Amino acid sequence: MAEYAHPEALVSTDWVSRHSGDPKVRVVEVDVDTKAYNEAHVPGAIAWAWNTQLCDTVRRDILSQQLFEALMSASGVAPDTTLVIYGDNNNWFAAWAFWQAKIYRHQDVRLMNGGRKKWLAEGRDVSTDVPHVSPAEYHAQAADLSLRAFLPQVQKAAAEHSAALVDVRSPQEFTGEILAPPGLPETCQRGGHIPGARSIPWGKACNDDGSFKTADELRALYGHQGIDGSKPIIAYCRIGERSSHTWFVLKYLLGFENVTNYDGSWTEWGNLVGAPVAKGAAA
Amino acid sequence: MKIEEYQERKVTVDGWDVNLTSYRLGGQWHAKADNVSPGATLCRTTGASREEAEGRALKRAEELLDRTHRHKV
Repeated sequence: MAEYAHPEALVSTDWVSRHSGDPKVRVVEVDVDTKAYNEAHVPGAIAWAWNTQLCDTVRRDILSQQLFEALMSASGVAPDTTLVIYGDNNNWFAAWAFWQAKIYRHQDVRLMNGGRKKWLAEGRDVSTDVPHVSPAEYHAQAADLSLRAFLPQVQKAAAEHSAALVDVRSPQEFTGEILAPPGLPETCQRGGHIPGARSIPWGKACNDDGSFKTADELRALYGHQGIDGSKPIIAYCRIGERSSHTWFVLKYLLGFENVTNYDGSWTEWGNLVGAPVAKGAAA
Repeated sequence: MKIEEYQERKVTVDGWDVNLTSYRLGGQWHAKADNVSPGATLCRTTGASREEAEGRALKRAEELLDRTHRHKV
């Protein structure tokens, strides 16, 4: 069985249970909101709210370097801290946090394989205590924008077929049958997908227990759709958090070099005047 | 403190697949409903029993899923 390209980017639930109290380890839960954290969490973990603490709340953007530094400092994270992130929905919001930590070049950041779901299902200890955190000194490095795709790059890639576009939303969002995940607000004017994109829903990368599939299974999943790392890859979803999960899989588990997350995603593309849109299943 | 009697099952609500998770934590039951595809959390509820917590989650899920419009492709 092949190894993940970067196994150091993952830790097991067992590892977390043994190391969550280490002074150089900070465990953070990131969910769709903080209700789950308040209910119970990994002992010693703190929480980040992805919609207020992991984005610019005025303009639509990721954290600025200054805001990222402030979050790390307040969270007691120093540049040499091992940052372990986990969350619900098989880590999709945790992956969003991981992606931003890598944009600001935090050296040692890892996902807890299986996330909140696996931890709970295994019957491990949980807590409702919010730990006291002493602020740390944190200076981030300049953003690594090679991890992020902006609209002009995506438009160029779609027009020139210069990158593989991976749409990680559900098949029904891809075809245009629905404009948002079932039960969630519609945030775009048009349904469908970027012409030329391949449909590979993010969740196919996970086992039932929330952990990632093996490297061989993942290579087969993406390779079957022609996603083999031979050309640049751009992952997108609706608002960029599901695609950060796929970005993690492609870059850290399969080791593809040139992978970007288009966080503008369908909420941007599906609202653009005059943008080309494809409907129905992939050609 | 530990989660006890963790259980997951799939149900259909308004024609949509829903994953229903429930467990006991201390003296309270917790339930969570998420849409199977893509797996987004719809709601979290509590109750004095599993049935009560799940019932509340299903009711809320039904309200939310009822708003989802299927477009012709």
